[in-house]
Amino acid sequence: MSAIDVGKRGHQTSADESPAGKPERPLPEGPLQEGPLVVIEPSKSWVPLDLRDIWTYRELLYFLVWRDVKVRYKQTLLGATWAIIQPLFAMLIFTLFFGRLAGIKSDGVPYALFAYAGLLPWTFFSNAITNSGNSLVGSANLITKVYFPRIVIPAAAVMAGLVDFFFAFLTLIALMFYYRVPPSISLLALPGLVLLTAALALAVGMWMSALNVKYRDIRYALPFLIQLWMFASPIIYPSSLVPAKWRWLMSLNPLSGIVEGYRASLFNLPLDWRALGVSALLTLVALAYSLFTFKRMERKFADII
Amino acid sequence: MGSIVVENLGKQYRIGEHQTPYGTLRESLVRTLHAVPRLVRRRSQVPRRSIWALKEVGFEVKPGEVIGIIGRNGAGKSTLLKVLSRITEPTEGRIELRGRVASLLEVGTGFHAELTGRENIFLNGSIMGMRREEIERKFDEIVAFAEVSKFLDTAVKHYSSGMYVRLAFAVAAHLEPEILIVDEVLAVGDASFQRKCLDKMQEVSQHGRTVLFVSHNMPAITRLCGRTILLDEGKVISDGPSHHVVGMYLKSGLGTSASREWTDPARAPGNHLARLLAVRVRTEENETTDAVDIRKPVGIEMEYEVLQPGHAMVPNYHFFNEEGIYAFISGDPDPLCQRTPRAVGRYKSTAWIPGNFLSEGTMIVGVALSTLDPAVVHFYERDAVAFQVIDSLDGDSLRGDYAGAIPGVVRPLLKWTTQFAGEAEENVVTALEVQNS
Repeated sequence: MSAIDVGKRGHQTSADESPAGKPERPLPEGPLQEGPLVVIEPSKSWVPLDLRDIWTYRELLYFLVWRDVKVRYKQTLLGATWAIIQPLFAMLIFTLFFGRLAGIKSDGVPYALFAYAGLLPWTFFSNAITNSGNSLVGSANLITKVYFPRIVIPAAAVMAGLVDFFFAFLTLIALMFYYRVPPSISLLALPGLVLLTAALALAVGMWMSALNVKYRDIRYALPFLIQLWMFASPIIYPSSLVPAKWRWLMSLNPLSGIVEGYRASLFNLPLDWRALGVSALLTLVALAYSLFTFKRMERKFADII
Repeated sequence: MGSIVVENLGKQYRIGEHQTPYGTLRESLVRTLHAVPRLVRRRSQVPRRSIWALKEVGFEVKPGEVIGIIGRNGAGKSTLLKVLSRITEPTEGRIELRGRVASLLEVGTGFHAELTGRENIFLNGSIMGMRREEIERKFDEIVAFAEVSKFLDTAVKHYSSGMYVRLAFAVAAHLEPEILIVDEVLAVGDASFQRKCLDKMQEVSQHGRTVLFVSHNMPAITRLCGRTILLDEGKVISDGPSHHVVGMYLKSGLGTSASREWTDPARAPGNHLARLLAVRVRTEENETTDAVDIRKPVGIEMEYEVLQPGHAMVPNYHFFNEEGIYAFISGDPDPLCQRTPRAVGRYKSTAWIPGNFLSEGTMIVGVALSTLDPAVVHFYERDAVAFQVIDSLDGDSLRGDYAGAIPGVVRPLLKWTTQFAGEAEENVVTALEVQNS
């Protein structure tokens, strides 16, 4: 090595040590560069969520979402149209049976629009927990061969659902035009609601995916659970249909506050802040519990999957 | 500072009770219900059976070292690799790794049949830990290496298996890990694929990176690794220069070493006419050795005692390779030996195998003493001694720069001649035609 090279290297080192130096990971290029130090130990009984690790693997998360979306639209004939067909047909059926025949009230909004506004988050939610619940078992070949924070698998399954959600949302806009329901300023609350739905889906999906690794019963229990959950949530009927003295029970279902929130935001209806607050709180608790359970079980995935 | 530091590593697996690795909810519920009365009875629980797949494993690897890991099936090699690549967590102990770990086990991991070659390069690359910009930078190289440029936008489900493996390997080959793990499992691939793997290993180690090589192929271990770790029942049995550790491993498996002596006449091979006393593998410098350079001659020396006079006796050696293939037999051709009756006493016979004659690997030698007329075998000790023939890559043997395995039981250096024998046929014909016209 020439003297100039040595000088350069020395200079670079001093620049890196200065506080202004960028805290970037060194590229694994030169033979003399030292990579990051990784310590492998049995994890402690209380397990902190390693956010830095997840941040390092953010690109993998992106690629897994991208794969899920690509594969889904590639394998099917109708592609993205499915994202619209699913809630749209459900809407038509429910409108016929519940709106027309049973005459369920819909808070002053046309029943079809009312039902679609509930089915929009519900379709996303139910697909997200189904896909993420089965995601770990479906990725056994990755888990037994490569290291990465396992959480990216169920998380990617949830996030891939957001693409479908987007297409279904475009249909909602068309429906609102059709029924001449003007958008209002309360629409601004929608991104927050979507985030909350995704967080709840992640909490449930992640928990289910971890349990699924250990107990394959989940695969069969999940569709059943989803069916029950749909009727326990105000998807095709308004919360106002429930007698006032049972409302508290209803609000224990975090999804009910969220779904009502969507309608309030879309159709400029009065928002039940208390119910939404309870939903948000329950979602946070569920997410925290799910994260810790997942982290605890994660260690054994490769051994038992 | 080591690139890998392993301290007191242990990995425990629970066995028994569970028949299947994953349980069902019902089993868990039943177990919980059963546990309740047991808890009341102040925990008279029987501890579940468990095995230690690894126990008190410790070693340190310096950057740029190429380490072989050997051991019988179930010795803990795979578990060690899994723990090192963070797929499963250790039960106790600690590992420090400096740099990115990649394993050639992962070839094609995460490939999706429906996606195109292009898409799979990105997906697989990111699963194996490459950054997006890194993949973009190396994309053209990867495609060229895999030789699939025409089919880049075809779903990989339409690829031939050869194309599939090439593409998968191309991505793995363009990782630039500080620590590369190569498991023999990959040897299922065809010969050219194996060769690519070995070449990649070499390239990686030449760039000052660390390689862990797990194999049952002892010649490959001695050829490629300077140092080898021998595992048995989850523990490190030996850690040192490859030929030494490999010799020790083979010794434990074959019960054969580089020298043997029979001190107890009653147990020594032989009959009432002759008896074997000792056998050893030696160098020209008269040192007993269990490993010889492929270029150097090696001597097999036997000591025996003739107990009764009046018989001509021919000492002969029988050579086998590690697969048990009969390589050749050699007996003393001296007419004195063949026909002249021997006097009573001790004898020492040595056969010299020239350098550049044997193939690399293990040679197992059977030792015999026979009389030809009438045909009597006084003793034949199978697997009397064994030694390693080592063909290191730095040498100037027949191997040249080729890093792969060279088949054959012997690899003699022959006299070759190549001469220029005139113009090609076609040109000669044209010349004749020109003459005729």
